[in-house]
Amino acid sequence: MNSRPEILLKTENDLRVMPHLHHYDIQRARFSWDEARGELAGLPGGAINIAHEAVDKHLAQHTREHVALRWIGKRGEKRDIRYNELAQLTNRFANVLRELGVAKGDRLFILCGRIPELYIAALGALKSGTVVSPLFSAFGPEPLKTRLAIGEGKVLVTTETLYKRKVASIRDQLPALQYVLLVNENGNPTAVPGTLDLAQLMADVPDTFTVEATRPEDPALLHFTSGTTGTPKGALHVHGAAVTHWATGRYALDLHADDIYWCTADPGWVTGTSYGIVAPLMHGVTCIIDEAEFDAEHWYQLLQEQQVSVWYTAPTAIRMLMKAGPEAARRYRFPKLRFIASVGEPLNPEAVWWGKEVLGLPIHDNWWQTETGGIVIANTPAFPIKPGSMGRPLPGMDAGIVRKRDDGVIEEITTPDVEGELALKPGWPSMFRGYLNQEERYRKCFASGWYLTGDLAKRDADGYYWFVGRADDVIKSAGHLIGPFEVESALMEHPAVAEAGVIGKPDAMVGEVVKAFVSLKTGHSASEALRMELLGHARKRLGAAVAPKEIAFLPSLPRTRSGKIMRRLLKARELGLPEGDTSMLEGGA
Amino acid sequence: MQTAELRNTVHAILQSIAPEIDPTALDAAAPLREQIDLDSMDYLNFIIGMHERLNVDIPESDYQKLVSLDDIVNYLRGKLPA
Repeated sequence: MNSRPEILLKTENDLRVMPHLHHYDIQRARFSWDEARGELAGLPGGAINIAHEAVDKHLAQHTREHVALRWIGKRGEKRDIRYNELAQLTNRFANVLRELGVAKGDRLFILCGRIPELYIAALGALKSGTVVSPLFSAFGPEPLKTRLAIGEGKVLVTTETLYKRKVASIRDQLPALQYVLLVNENGNPTAVPGTLDLAQLMADVPDTFTVEATRPEDPALLHFTSGTTGTPKGALHVHGAAVTHWATGRYALDLHADDIYWCTADPGWVTGTSYGIVAPLMHGVTCIIDEAEFDAEHWYQLLQEQQVSVWYTAPTAIRMLMKAGPEAARRYRFPKLRFIASVGEPLNPEAVWWGKEVLGLPIHDNWWQTETGGIVIANTPAFPIKPGSMGRPLPGMDAGIVRKRDDGVIEEITTPDVEGELALKPGWPSMFRGYLNQEERYRKCFASGWYLTGDLAKRDADGYYWFVGRADDVIKSAGHLIGPFEVESALMEHPAVAEAGVIGKPDAMVGEVVKAFVSLKTGHSASEALRMELLGHARKRLGAAVAPKEIAFLPSLPRTRSGKIMRRLLKARELGLPEGDTSMLEGGA
Repeated sequence: MQTAELRNTVHAILQSIAPEIDPTALDAAAPLREQIDLDSMDYLNFIIGMHERLNVDIPESDYQKLVSLDDIVNYLRGKLPA
């Protein structure tokens, strides 16, 4: 394995279709956001609406007859929705919101598995100027309540099953939530008290609608992300972000209108929205939507049967495919597949090479985050891959490695291979415009003309960026950010728990797993039964995606003199690393 | 191992991963992951748990067959000595 070269050169097979980005330096130098903006359809008077760019624009083009969404249900059901049909369905949804009196700027949350209604609701709401906030369906009631409360959601679109399981119990704590629109997965009408049946509402309204002429700076999407401390942060994105979705769809994913494209990310996370809904539809491609959970055989079958040509997936999934062995992949053929990209956490070099050796194509890792709204740094068709690197900044994106000087000023590190914080020059269209109701936290992200990403990285002499780690205690598990505070708070609600400290424990498959350390109140003692009870307690509140996978008991947790739990020390001990400077510790530890 | 005993063992393995679940309250014929909250890692740990507890080899290509609790019990039944 170690004998592999450090650079993976592209072959003719990798460039069967002339890529949009083929001469990195020249195209990057020539690029301007204004020019990219000019490539959008736009609305009269300089208005931009994401849903118009993603859906209605196609009505005037040959792509109107293209299949926009090809949905594959859990039981193998198939449903094709063409662009012209998607326009009508989203019109209906927009009319439903108008009928209910939902105004421009009101917020609508979506809590669904990957079903067609999710896509119709998101795009229909955007058409009407309603701000859309997708929630991950594997969240438990606690994370849902926190996000719906912060976002003051007025409307929630969900399924009957998810409503009964996760929302009904928190409904009375959400005073802003006026309407719950339910989807019945079996197609039957729903009749749950306090909710409305979405199918019925949709049937009762016209399928024509005039798209709201949103301004480029009008809010469109609200994506929640996690910080080290406090509650989750709601990152606000605007309709003008569509310019970035368009440009990155071209340059990072190399989308062409005849592509069959599969983004495996769930729309409950930003990737599944920016690149599972918006960017691909803007390019007129056919999006594969797979409702089922990961399964190696199923994924290979789907890649083969659907003749996927561009595939955007994640390191955890790739490593799970690797685990299934090369023979599983070799039972299938992927002659149409021509470009593979990955995001979520750094893709290890073995995985990049595995793509080349087993699927016949290298995997292009890229980097971005909720706040950036779109891909920023990427391995593109235009240059060789250095496996393990996140690539180079896309056209329109300027990145740097910075450090904070003793006097507090941020300075750029220009020497290659020196570690610092990854920072970006603000100004790209999909940059977040704020954390909802948390102006101070937003301001703290910017200093000395840089947006500070919170990721540690280095840049080599060729301009490739390499991820090093997080600058804070946020946990990255299966590509999703998890705030330790949210997990600790849920554990602290248990009567036996005195204190809790939560870390990300490195894991070969998912990057990090959530591990909790707890100390107990007097009168309680550690036991396997209590450990199981705490695990169940956390899972019920947080859901499987956020709850700890491991819980360990400690007599007490290390704290700083100011009383903060030292997660870093817990992590260092877990890994058997030197504990570093412990002078800040209570009693010197 | 009797089927009832096997079913209890499967329930115990599931509960070691998701203690909040009452396996006896589940519809054993319906897809498991539609009824309870298990992420991919939980599901993998569940399968690894069965492999370790029962010493049964479960190749990755068979995962697709293990949809409901009944599927799982029947599958294991066929793999274990009668």
